Amino acid sequence: MKAVAADNTELQDCYDLLATIHDPEIPVLSILDLGIVRDVELLRPLQDEGHIRVTITATYTGCPAMDTIALLIKMALLTKGYKKVEIATTIAPAWTTDWMSAAGKEKLKTYGIAPPDKRFEIPADGIVCPQCGSSHTRLLSEFGSTACKSLLQCNDCAEPFDYFKCH
Amino acid sequence: MTNASLIDFTLYVADSTLVLAQRNGDWCGHGPVLEQDIAITNVTLDLIGQSRSFYQYAAQLIGNDCTEDQLAYWRNEREFKNALLCERPNGDWAQTILRQTFFSFYQRELFMQLLQAADTTLSAIAEKSLKEVRYHCRWSSEWVCRLGDGTEESHRRLQVAVENLWPYTGELFIAAPYETALQIDTDTIKRNWLEALSTLFAAATLPAPSLTDTFMQTGGKTGQHTEALGYLLAELQYVQRSFPGCEW
Repeated sequence: MKAVAADNTELQDCYDLLATIHDPEIPVLSILDLGIVRDVELLRPLQDEGHIRVTITATYTGCPAMDTIALLIKMALLTKGYKKVEIATTIAPAWTTDWMSAAGKEKLKTYGIAPPDKRFEIPADGIVCPQCGSSHTRLLSEFGSTACKSLLQCNDCAEPFDYFKCH
Repeated sequence: MTNASLIDFTLYVADSTLVLAQRNGDWCGHGPVLEQDIAITNVTLDLIGQSRSFYQYAAQLIGNDCTEDQLAYWRNEREFKNALLCERPNGDWAQTILRQTFFSFYQRELFMQLLQAADTTLSAIAEKSLKEVRYHCRWSSEWVCRLGDGTEESHRRLQVAVENLWPYTGELFIAAPYETALQIDTDTIKRNWLEALSTLFAAATLPAPSLTDTFMQTGGKTGQHTEALGYLLAELQYVQRSFPGCEW
């Protein structure tokens, strides 16, 4: 099946819709912020039965949020009127935190999660505290509340915080 | 390379990661401190994710509507190809950590080779998984150092763990027919694994490891297991066997 030409408005509408779907484990991030949407193909426009395929990729192989995310995408597009919605998953190329949008990183910080920082490919002391901005911090645990995070604590404001690992 | 070899190899990696995940999962709620409870279960989650990727690929290769669940829940112990190391009991924290270290170090070397594999699905899964495996290597190595170079008690426990697990390491480096078919270079894996482990053991004040002075157990890769696996699978597969196809 070959993708039919769709006007950009409809595709843009789909992306706008995807931007309203959030990671259930980090609800401040949309799936677009997270960079896990790899492709959106309009196979038949909404006016003509509506057939769409969305390709997503997992952050970590065992990420338990993937099934929920796929379901949320499907529901949103069906509700919008598409008759056929396919969710494809891909593992190559492997997801990296570089795919997270700059806006996403800023949202994470506001939410209280230190965004991935290239200078700290390995979680370590010195990651900037999202609460007070101090870099006088220490690593409490390499693993945090989800597979993608580590746990740190700020030595200045004493607040423990999550760090989104570089991956 | 035949399709059968590719399926067998894919199942070998899938089974090994699943069985180790099942073992590690027993620590959930029982870790020595909260952070380490979370750590070992996160490692477990990664292993399950890797295992699913390999099972899904095997199911696709087998065809006939085969699914990852059928492969995980409806095969008996003689059909499981996991490395014997993965099925060894948890023992204490030292034994669990050491088993993870041995396996993660091995996985790192094996997956590095898969990056070059002619089969692009295998190389893609390997590339994805390597990021997780490297993290596991670092976390478990730190624990080996902490225990080995810690108190008299922790050192003794780690030493006992080495004695318990060492006879199950040799098998990793003896190529099964399906590995030979896929041109997996077990000699290189063995050399790099031993070198990395020697450095770690020195830091942990443990005697240098040697693969030549111990009788090594074999058979896991071709379905001959220790008694431990049957019990593990009985628990792992119980629900699906009792209520086929059940979902929640």
